[in-house]
Amino acid sequence: MKRLFKTYLEKPELAGLILLVLLVVIFEIRSNGVFLNQDNLRGILGILPETGLVAIGVTILMISGEFDLSVGSVFALMPMCMAVLMVEGVPFPLALLAGLVVCAVIGFINGYVTIWFEIPSFITTLGMLFIARSLTIVVSGGFPPLLPADLPNWLFTSFVGPGNMFRMSFLWFAGIALLTSLMLSRTNFGNWIKATGGFHPAAASMGIPTARVKLACFVLCSMLSGFAGMLQVLRLGSPLPSIGEGLELQAVASAVIGGASLAGGIGTVAGGIIGTILIRIIDNGLVLSNVDANWFKFAIGFLTIFAVVANAWMRKRAKAIKMEG
Amino acid sequence: MEDAIISVRNLHKWYSGVHALKGVSLDLKRGEALGLVGDNGAGKSTLINILSGVHTADEGEILVEGRPVRIARPRDAMNLGIETIYQYNSMVPTMSIARNLFIGREPTLFSVFGVGILDQKKMGSESIKAIANVDLHLRSPDALVGELSGGQRQGVAIARAMHFKSKVMILDEPTNHLSVKETSKVIGFVRGLKAQGVTGVFISHNMHHVFDCCDRVVAMARGEVVLDKRIEETSIDEVHNVL
Repeated sequence: MKRLFKTYLEKPELAGLILLVLLVVIFEIRSNGVFLNQDNLRGILGILPETGLVAIGVTILMISGEFDLSVGSVFALMPMCMAVLMVEGVPFPLALLAGLVVCAVIGFINGYVTIWFEIPSFITTLGMLFIARSLTIVVSGGFPPLLPADLPNWLFTSFVGPGNMFRMSFLWFAGIALLTSLMLSRTNFGNWIKATGGFHPAAASMGIPTARVKLACFVLCSMLSGFAGMLQVLRLGSPLPSIGEGLELQAVASAVIGGASLAGGIGTVAGGIIGTILIRIIDNGLVLSNVDANWFKFAIGFLTIFAVVANAWMRKRAKAIKMEG
Repeated sequence: MEDAIISVRNLHKWYSGVHALKGVSLDLKRGEALGLVGDNGAGKSTLINILSGVHTADEGEILVEGRPVRIARPRDAMNLGIETIYQYNSMVPTMSIARNLFIGREPTLFSVFGVGILDQKKMGSESIKAIANVDLHLRSPDALVGELSGGQRQGVAIARAMHFKSKVMILDEPTNHLSVKETSKVIGFVRGLKAQGVTGVFISHNMHHVFDCCDRVVAMARGEVVLDKRIEETSIDEVHNVL
């Protein structure tokens, strides 16, 4: 019993999970039962994959001990590149591939510059935030291109499932979440990510290729962000150059609320997702509870600090529970 | 020397203009426990870093069991059976004991290009065995290393080196920051190496520790070996005098 209690207290995503349950109950009561009805949930689940995928990438990168502020700009750049290519007559699959390559290159540059010049990734990716956003507008030529009519929406944005509950994007999200979560917890590569972020000198001395591990995380983070941006553009039907602004900080907030440590080594994909869901339901629940929507950012800010304090407290409590032997 | 497990010949190393190793030659005999002493900056750590693949020598030769080898990466050293336990601790505190034991050498159920699914069952059972083999009593291989004491952590590090059948174990100031009781435990580990047929290199500031558990002492100063004698042929005072 004590062991079980300790194990759960040590789970980094626990604070987020408890807050999530609490908020769902509060919003459900305050909105007179509107919050959990099918239409509202459908709305939340329709947007969730977009910010959720970004949060997954940012969380994994944070566990490896690095940081990416450029995700919001990549979120806009990737679909913009695709849109421009498609206007030129490039078919969708090729444009998708090209878009993902652009993301991979950006992630690679972020990682390469950070690692080989030993610059904090905060700085590298802050620079990339401006560069990628600027490129988005330059590529678009100032006017967002019109998307062709024959897009494979059935694969990304159509509603499916019982009662048309989900968009296809949710299935992509669930699949990617499952795969990345397994990668982190069940593969040797996941072990290397945690070791690299947890204590770099030890990881390096045990022969883990820490530079390549970090580089892979940078690339994965950028590609997930770009893919998420494409999902949003397909849902909106137009590649706006301004989408994803401020998303980088929301993604970091998600990861941190979900228990990821800024110092690296600690965190889970599930935690990042819980953090994202929390932010989404606060966004939605405040409106349904007739609270002035301008309180949204206040709530996110408060929640971020509160979750980290709660997590630190619980970890301390867990450590204090001494086991026999 | 035919029974030398590691021989280094005329090793030189410069760090941005500083001549840290000035032609060091040393033979490490199979099964002996060698104490390496010297002041800060004497070149001990440089020599160890070269043997463990953290740095490469600018000049000179390394022979393992008589064959010349190139140690460019930590992994090369491990593959040759040279395992190093560092003073700053070679454990990741945020990970479990079992995961730490297998860092970089995880058993996998199957793998593609070196990346695969962890064999967690094997990791659990083998880490219990590995820990028991060095006479360390820990409640569960799933406990976080961050919750262990300094001495226990060194014990786990030694268990790891044993488990991977290392032939030479280098302990770089393993007793730093440890309490008296924990220190004697670590010294016990070093003594235990011999029984398991492992060659040990024990680096320490503390002469008493070295004389407690080593067969031979090598003193370094200013990048050179200044003394190389068997323990019974020398004394703490003599070693102090040459440093």
